[in-house]
Amino acid sequence: MNAIVKFLKRPIASALVAILCGFAVAAVILAVAGYNPFITFGTLIHGSIGTPKYITNVIIKATPILLTGVAVAFAFQTGLFNIGAEGQYILGTICATIVGVTVDLPGPLEVPLVVLAGALGGALLGAFIGFLKAKFGIHEVITSIMCNWIMMYLCNFVVGTDAFHKPNSNTAFPIHTSGYTMILPEWKVSEEGIEYLIAHPLLRDVLLKTDLNLGFLVAVLVAVLVGILLSRTKLGYELRAVGLNKDAARFSGIGVEKSIVTCMCISGAICGLAGALNITGIAPHTISLLKVQEGYGFNGLSVAFIAGCSAIGCIPSSLLFSALIYGGMTVQQVLGVPSEIISIMIGTIVFFTALPSIAPKISAWIERRRSEKESSTPNSTAKEA
Amino acid sequence: MEVSSEYAVQMHGIAKRFGAFTALDCVDLDVRKQSVHAILGENGAGKTTLMNILYGLYQSDEGEIYLNGQKASITSPTEAIRHGIGMVHQHFMLIENFTVTENIILGDEVCGAAGILDMNRARQKVMELVERYGFDVDPDAKIEDISVGMQQRVEILKALFRGAEILILDEPTAVLTPQEIDKLLEIMQDLIAGGKTIIIITHKLKEIMRSADECSIIRRGKYMGTVNVAESSEGDLAARMVGRNVNLKVDKTPAHPGDVVLSVKNLTVADERGIEQVRGLNLDVRSGEIVGIAGIDGNGQQELVDAITNLVRTKSGKIRVGSQEVQNTSPRNVLDHAVATIPSDRHRWGLVLPMMVAENTVLERHNEDLFGKGIMLDYDKLHSYTSELIKRYDIRPAGCEQERMSGLSGGNQQKAIIAREVSYVPDVLIAFQPTRGLDVGAIEFVHKTLIAERDRGAAILLVSYELDEVMDVSDTIAVIYHGQIVGTFAQGTVDEEQLGLLMAGGGSQ
Repeated sequence: MNAIVKFLKRPIASALVAILCGFAVAAVILAVAGYNPFITFGTLIHGSIGTPKYITNVIIKATPILLTGVAVAFAFQTGLFNIGAEGQYILGTICATIVGVTVDLPGPLEVPLVVLAGALGGALLGAFIGFLKAKFGIHEVITSIMCNWIMMYLCNFVVGTDAFHKPNSNTAFPIHTSGYTMILPEWKVSEEGIEYLIAHPLLRDVLLKTDLNLGFLVAVLVAVLVGILLSRTKLGYELRAVGLNKDAARFSGIGVEKSIVTCMCISGAICGLAGALNITGIAPHTISLLKVQEGYGFNGLSVAFIAGCSAIGCIPSSLLFSALIYGGMTVQQVLGVPSEIISIMIGTIVFFTALPSIAPKISAWIERRRSEKESSTPNSTAKEA
Repeated sequence: MEVSSEYAVQMHGIAKRFGAFTALDCVDLDVRKQSVHAILGENGAGKTTLMNILYGLYQSDEGEIYLNGQKASITSPTEAIRHGIGMVHQHFMLIENFTVTENIILGDEVCGAAGILDMNRARQKVMELVERYGFDVDPDAKIEDISVGMQQRVEILKALFRGAEILILDEPTAVLTPQEIDKLLEIMQDLIAGGKTIIIITHKLKEIMRSADECSIIRRGKYMGTVNVAESSEGDLAARMVGRNVNLKVDKTPAHPGDVVLSVKNLTVADERGIEQVRGLNLDVRSGEIVGIAGIDGNGQQELVDAITNLVRTKSGKIRVGSQEVQNTSPRNVLDHAVATIPSDRHRWGLVLPMMVAENTVLERHNEDLFGKGIMLDYDKLHSYTSELIKRYDIRPAGCEQERMSGLSGGNQQKAIIAREVSYVPDVLIAFQPTRGLDVGAIEFVHKTLIAERDRGAAILLVSYELDEVMDVSDTIAVIYHGQIVGTFAQGTVDEEQLGLLMAGGGSQ
């Protein structure tokens, strides 16, 4: 009992309780819709971590939402709600594509250049939103939602221009191959490589059938760096102080306006980085015409909230999220269960994480029950004696 | 004590626990009919909790409540009102742009046929009450246009309108001028004569001596007995409340003022709406001197302090620290000129409550190399530095440097702010309402610290709405009214009446 109470008081408990609630609600909906929830969940788990290929794909798909999640979590810890992660992500893909298509350098130069271009694009957009808030007091939620749409249409505009449009397609030209960040992209399709991979089925699954790339490592590194920035540096301390109490921060000489711009700039840079890494790491290595926003930014919100806005927590949270989405596709293919049920499940999890006091309340309830029992125990022990 | 109908309220053996914390432990309270009964205790002693139980906001874990000798169970404020209990909270719960009448009837509207509001009849009913108890209140005035003292009377009227026989007043004098306090005490006597019973919660000894018949003392949730006020003294009450002898008089040697360190010339500051709150104010503070600003809340004190600390921009005028002008620069610049400030609202301006105590004690100094080289913040150094301050300033609980600031009591939060500001070794120390909401023991500490800083050679500007505090601590007393200093006196050359008159805008020097 003690262990449970202790556990429920930890922040991670809220996330786990929320995830359980999400599964429970999904189970009810599945049962009502006439599907066996246990078989469905079994398929879901198999479909996400059943084979090396699945696991690899889950990791690949976790990369952008890990980064946007870290960006949102970072902004949130400093008192800003960066709902514009989507727009900053899109601008990241645009900038990366433009630079990757127009500049052709050897790999060791091309990759950092393309990636930095994406991050810079996101950073500028984030800083602009932060500037509007700091200077004119315009709420960042309004401006960043607007920017999300502007960026989506900017993307479509760039795809449509003569300089970038790839004929007979709805995409732009792909970036030069020297900008790719897949692991061993040329070797794995060379004769020698294929021969080797046929002899090693595990590697074949992981390398050949997927776009395994360096993005996830970068994303994990960013998550760790952001965690350190927030908890161990003077800048992070100032940003958190501004987020938790703007007035006290101003009173103690911290430049609140500057902090807001800095924070949005960093958050935007991380989103832009997510976009750039998707361009360098995943086919078709370019931007396409967008009919709707792709959702990398909005999924980042969910990832951040499941993680309780901890940058490090975003790592497991993005993997879970990615597993649900990817496994959900298998569920739909194998069992014919509509993938909307998976979406409902994700929604439910996020909904329950939005009620962060649930776990502490449960632990308080257990403690109260126990103290009531204890206050009545002297009588019972007396009787036993 | 026996249950009897001589008593309006009897609470026997009341216990209340919040989790593992015992807020009240077997507390008794017996309030005679038609008397003023004071409940005295330090902050967090449990006096408000006890009254919240009587008013039905909390349920007690143990104990009984009797009203007029009858056992009563009060499970909600609605129930309490039905039993004739009314409560006036420390923070008024009035709607600013409603009239007095509208506020009084809110929640208990006077309606005619078909539920249509009958304002004429409502106004008439309010007028009856106003006249019966000699309240000087205009029923048609909007709340935002009337003084704080009148707003309080509206709160009392609200309770009376609902048929209250027993009135609970929570810290009723906290925001009043001396004249308004006199008026309140008069009203209380009239209410008693009219058959009402009054319970006041306070930690101000002087007012208990003046107004109450009996006084029950609570210390850390325990009942310390009830005394007949006429047979007691301020010192006696204070000792019972704190559990040790307290020095109520501020001990200090004469000041030895040096050069002017903080100088304010023709300062004009407008508020957010563009209305001038400080109008050509002049003020000098010398080193080794405490200048106290006496005045009623809202006469420009906030704007004056905000302008000095550079939270707002000035319209005109100069603020000099030493020989340098600091107006319209930045809060950081003022701090760099060795001006430290104890803010009036510690939760809003002074502390980042969700952060650790250690993170709060370095709030203005975190960029110094002392707390980490380069971009890194060295938390080990933060902790050891804070642990020193905790020991030196007796911040409790001991070893709280890694606790969240929000977990500390108000008095200890204030100590943490004072520790931070004083450790800055300031040339100018601005103390704005430094003892707000603190109990006698903590107030003694704050005043001693201010005087010690003065003796070290700091120039101290004390801004307080507590006239007693200004009169006791300051070497020079300046009265602020309507954004100007309307009188300056050396300590001991002026009495409360004179100051009170100036504070209310009466007379000129």
